Order: sequence, then structure tokens, then C-alpha cells
Amino acid sequence: MNIVVCLKQVPGTTKVNIDPQTNTLVRQGIKNIVNPFDTYALEEGVRIKERYEGKVTAISMGPPQAEEALREVISTGADEAILLSDSAFAGADTLATSHTLARAINKLKQYDIIICGRQTIDGDTGQVGPELAEMLGIPFVAYVSKIEEIDNGYMRVKRMVEDGHEVIETPLPTVITVVKEINVPRLPSLRGLAKARSAVIPIWTAQELGVDKNMVGLSGSATRVIRVFFPQRVHHGEILQGDLESQANSLIDKLREAKIISGS
Amino acid sequence: MGIQIDLDKCVGCGECLSSCPFGLLEIIAEKVYLREGCTFCGACQEACDYQAILIEAAAEAPAAGDSYRGVWVFAEQRNGKLKSVAYELLSRGRQLADTLGTELCVICFGHGINEAQQLIAYGADKVYLMDAPALSSNQDDLYTKGLVELIEKYKPEIVIAGATSLGRSFIPRVAAILKTGLTADCTGLEIDPETGLLLQTRPTFGGNIMATIICQTKRPQMSTVRPRVFKKGTPDGRRKGQVIRVDFNKQRITSRTKLLSFIDDIIEAVKLEDANIIVSGGRGVGKAENFQLLEELAGVMGAALGSSRPPVDDGWVPYSHQVGQTGKTVCPKLYIACGISGAVQHLAGMQTSDTIVAINNDPDAPIFEVASYGIVGDLFKVVPMLIKKLKND
Ligand SMILES: Cc1cc2nc3c(=O)[nH]c(=O)nc-3n(C[C@H](O)[C@H](O)[C@H](O)COP(=O)(O)OP(=O)(O)OC[C@H]3O[C@@H](n4cnc5c(N)ncnc54)[C@H](O)[C@@H]3O)c2cc1C
Ligand SMILES: Nc1ncnc2c1ncn2[C@@H]1O[C@H](COP(=O)(O)O)[C@@H](O)[C@H]1O
Repeated sequence: MNIVVCLKQVPGTTKVNIDPQTNTLVRQGIKNIVNPFDTYALEEGVRIKERYEGKVTAISMGPPQAEEALREVISTGADEAILLSDSAFAGADTLATSHTLARAINKLKQYDIIICGRQTIDGDTGQVGPELAEMLGIPFVAYVSKIEEIDNGYMRVKRMVEDGHEVIETPLPTVITVVKEINVPRLPSLRGLAKARSAVIPIWTAQELGVDKNMVGLSGSATRVIRVFFPQRVHHGEILQGDLESQANSLIDKLREAKIISGS
Repeated sequence: MGIQIDLDKCVGCGECLSSCPFGLLEIIAEKVYLREGCTFCGACQEACDYQAILIEAAAEAPAAGDSYRGVWVFAEQRNGKLKSVAYELLSRGRQLADTLGTELCVICFGHGINEAQQLIAYGADKVYLMDAPALSSNQDDLYTKGLVELIEKYKPEIVIAGATSLGRSFIPRVAAILKTGLTADCTGLEIDPETGLLLQTRPTFGGNIMATIICQTKRPQMSTVRPRVFKKGTPDGRRKGQVIRVDFNKQRITSRTKLLSFIDDIIEAVKLEDANIIVSGGRGVGKAENFQLLEELAGVMGAALGSSRPPVDDGWVPYSHQVGQTGKTVCPKLYIACGISGAVQHLAGMQTSDTIVAINNDPDAPIFEVASYGIVGDLFKVVPMLIKKLKND
């Protein structure tokens, strides 16, 4: 089983806050991390390999420092890693990103399952997985929460939708995106750490991928960000006063007065 | 294309540093320095008072295909019943179409759909209806191929769909096949009066930053839109429109994936998305059994049960109840948050609710910043009091 995991290095942004005085981002000590959702993708790839044998290849497109992210996932079980890095790739939207990833996966030639995270925490789009599937011309299943079985060129998965779960069967090769419910990623092993230190991570540039420069990076992007701004936090409400019982009572009275709830 | 920093003009004031959403700018020896990873968003260029930063735009091809006309709304259904997001998009779509002076069409795939006239009453000029038993469940492959065929045939200039699990999984595939741009999970859609382009605004970085995005050279311009950000309009029964039945071609439109079964997870009678009132619990509820107290309050109010992420992670309630960035977006008349701190990722899913009540024993919890009414106190005392008052009056 040849498994490819796509992952991205992102700023660890959950700590990002807005300074109310200057209305700007507070970003003390933000370091780059592997996109959290992609750690589930990697773990699932490693588990498939452990169950059915095979190889896990991690691929990331990003600036040279994204190599750190690839070393990190070698320590947690990836067999090989490839960095797609070229100044021509900069500024890519999801269309250009998925095109670049697809070219790299085509170059690998052998692949059965391609796993992406459900979304990144910086771009938040969740579009790269499904777009990649179309670029490769293979089936796609989003929001996978369990891989039930892989057999005879088919894979049966459970995926999350709004009101519950769907059980879906897909032929291989296929692209899936995974949600965090799927597993608990492991910590690096000592052996893994040693392997990560010595691993050689090839860098594939635009030339090695043989891509048309008009299809990658900013030039290959259909969308443009024309403005970024901070959201307005709307209003300040009322903190009720008095002892708890009278607060509870006055809350119900206010809600009834405003006809938000019915009653006497 | 690229970014140029003119070090002669840079005075090292540092004004630009905080403008970069990626934190890539640094001042070294009183000059600004840019690390790798720039997406050329232009925020720093705007922040610089000395014109020291210049983003060179790629030579833009002239605005794409004037032959593309009309605004399309993809209307999602389940078991023949349209989701409310379809009507929300219809009301915004109508405004966009009017601004552009063009027609508004609705695309609907499913089986046994009888709301076509209603879609017209809510603003559609045309309804393209593809009705077949195979389309009754949401089949990604069939929907992808079906929508691509229609877009290639009729060439709309704008296509919008709900950012639901279905929309976010199959619309990107449509965009990839058409090689056009797609903006995910928008919360604002506007027409630029000068260029006529669709201005698509969306939160990124977990809701910390908003970005406005355009798709200038490719058509159609596509976006998925968060449910509950636009309000459903009022129907006009006299509106005239056309219902066009589209053949479902079994030979051409086939599916590689197979839906084997569906498992319903909702433990409540009232669905979260449709609820007028939501009683929601967070980590402060403490454990699974304690959710019974919230269910009791929900019961007396006729409300649905919601949750922040930790109770879902800990298995106290199913994921289908999760509200927030990676859960559902809701906009009820009343949202009662019990033991929820109000992290941005949670606020992303509920802050547009008409009225928000927060019950939390920490007076500094950020949830109070968005709450219309706040009670600082122990939820295990307050909630029973509310239940008592509601039952007794
Ligand atoms: C990529 C990403 C996506 C995410 N998506 C979501 C999402 O979709 N939805 C979501 O909700 N979160 C999401 N989160 C998590 C989010 O950042 C917060 O961790 C989460 O919302 C916190 O939940 P909480 O408020 O229930 O818990 P806490 O932050 O722990 O807050 C518990 C609150 O309960 C109060 N409390 C405790 N005991 C009592 C009592 N007896 N009476 C009254 N009050 C009490 C405490 O004062 C505290 O304010 C996401 C995070 C990431 C990184
Ligand atoms: N630059 C990238 N390199 C490798 N994989 C990526 C990259 N960007 C996105 N992905 C994958 O696509 C998923 C969705 O990303 P996004 O569409 O940006 O939210 C991520 O969870 C990754 O698995």
C-alpha cells in the first residue's frame, strides 16, 4: 500500500489575539507547527501501513523552513518526505497548491491512498484535498472519521456529515480528508527522532516537477486577497445584578418582554 | 509579480510589522526585512506611510469572459426537503443579480422536490431541477458532474453554495474541474461598483482576521457561504419564473463512490440549524451526566441542545451538536451559553445569534463580551432556577 500524506507548516495561531488598543495581532513567541489536522492524516497513514504494509510518503509545499515539519513527521512514522519548494510556488491559492501537489504525486507514480487534513488553521479552506482529487482524476471522500476496511482495491470508510455519519465505499486510488475523531496521533519515538535527524529530504522545484510557471504560485492562482482587516467585535451587553435567584428571574422576564420567549 | 522593499524609503518606523497576518516582517538595523512565506496580500503596503513597500501585481489578463452571465445558487436538499441555507443564499443572490442587472437561477438536484414554485416566490428567475431517485441522497460524484455540465452549458458568472459538509466537499471539485477560483466559507458577498467583481469576504486564522478575495480572470466566480449569515427573505407568491427540468443522464453522470448507509446521530427532537432557541454547554458542565440538566432546560424552552468542542472531544455529546468553526454555524433567536468561555472558534459559530445569554462563573470570560445578558454565577445553581421560574409561571 503506497500512502501519501499532504501536510502544511502553519503558524501556531490559536494563541493569536487582538490588541484592543492598536487593533492589531498580538503574536508573541508564535512558532511554526505542523497543521494540527494534518497530524491526524499522518497518523492514519502510519496505521494503514502497520495494518496492511506499505510505505508512507509525506509531501509539503512551502518555503525552505517547512523542512522542519517534514522532519517532525518522520519522527512520528513517515518513511519518506519530499519538500516542494520554489520561489515560483509563493502566493499560491488552493487551485495552484493542488495543481503543484498533484504534479508531485504524479511524479511519485505509485499511490493508493492520499490523505489530507480536513483544513488548515491559517487558510481554513479545506479545499486542497477535494481539488487535488480532481487534478489527479480520482475519487474523493471528505471528513473521514474511520477507515473500516481496505480490501481488494476498495476502501470502506465512515465519514462525518452534519446530522450523522455516512458509510462510503470507494475504489483505490482515492483521496480522503480526515477529522480529528479518527485517531490519537502518537508521540515521536527515539528511533524516529534519530531517523528524522539523519533523513535526507529531497527538494523538488518547479523545474523538477516540470510545471508551467503560470499554473503555480501567485501566477497560477485564480483568487487574490485584496484586503485584510480585523473583525469588529460587536456590542457589549448587560451583566445582570442582584442575587442569583433575582438575576435568573429578571432574565426570564426580560426575554419575555422582548418576546424572545413566550409565556406569562 | 512579487514584493519589493525600497530600503532608501524605509525609515524603520515598524508600522508595518503588526499589519502582516503571517508575522513575516522584522526590523533589523532600522530597516524592514521580510522572511519567506509572503502571500502578497498587500496589508503591509497599506500600512506603510512612506511607500517603501510595493506589491507588483502580475500582469492581469483582462477580466474574463463577458459571455458569462447570471448568478446561480446551488440549493441543497436532504430527502427532498431544501435546507434553509438555500433560501438564505437566494435572498443574497437576488441582491447580487439586481446589482448586476442579470438573472438569478437556482440549481437543485434531488428526488421528489416540490419547492420549485417556492424558490421562485423567494426570488429565483429560473429553477434548474434535476430529479432522479439516484440523487435523493447527497452523492458527491453525481453532484460534481451534474453541476459541471450545467455550468459549462449555461456559463453563469457567479455560483454560490452553502458551506455545509456537502458544499465544502463537492464544490471545490467543481471549481478544480473548471480551473476557476473558489472562496471558502464566506460571510460577506458584495459587488464592487467599479469593476462589477464579486467581493468575497471570509474569516481566516480561526476568525482572527477577515480577508476580502476576488477572482478576476477566471469564470465563474465561486464561493461557499456559511449558513445563517444571510437572512431568508420574504416570499412573493405573484413572482413569475421558469422551472426547467434537466435530464439526469445515467450514462454520463455516474458515481465511483458508493453510499452504503447513513447513521443518524442527533439525540434531540429539535435540529440545531432549525432551532429558534439553543441551550449550549461547555467544559464547565463538567461531565456527561450533567448535560441532563441542560436537556431539561432545553425541554421546557422547546430548545435544541448545543455544545462547545470539549464536551464533544470528551464524548459527552455527539459531534453533530458542536457549534463553532469546526462545527455548525447557528443563528437562533436565543442562544444560552452555559459554562462556555467564548473562544474565537466557538464565537465563530454563534456570535450572530439575535440574543445571547451567558452563564459563567468567571466574570472575565470572553463570552460576556458578546452576550446580550450575562449572569456571573454557578450554572448548577442558575440553570435549576431558570427551569423553576419557567415551569412555575
Ligand atoms: C482549529 C480549531 C478549531 C476549533 N473549533 C471549535 C469549534 O468548532 N467549536 C468550539 O466550541 N471550539 C472549537 N475549538 C476549541 C476552542 O479553541 C476552545 O478550546 C473551546 O471552545 C473551549 O470550550 P469551552 O468554552 O467549553 O471550555 P473552556 O474554555 O474550558 O471554558 C469553560 C468555561 O466554563 C466556566 N465554568 C466552569 N465551571 C462552571 C460552573 N459551574 N458554572 C458556570 N461556569 C463554569 C469557566 O469559567 C470557563 O469559562 C477549536 C480549536 C481549534 C484550534
Ligand atoms: N502547502 C501545502 N502542502 C501540502 N499539503 C497541503 C498544503 N496546503 C494544504 N495542504 C493539505 O490540504 C489540506 C487542506 O488545506 P486547506 O485547503 O488549505 O485548508 C491540509 O490539511 C493539508 O493536508
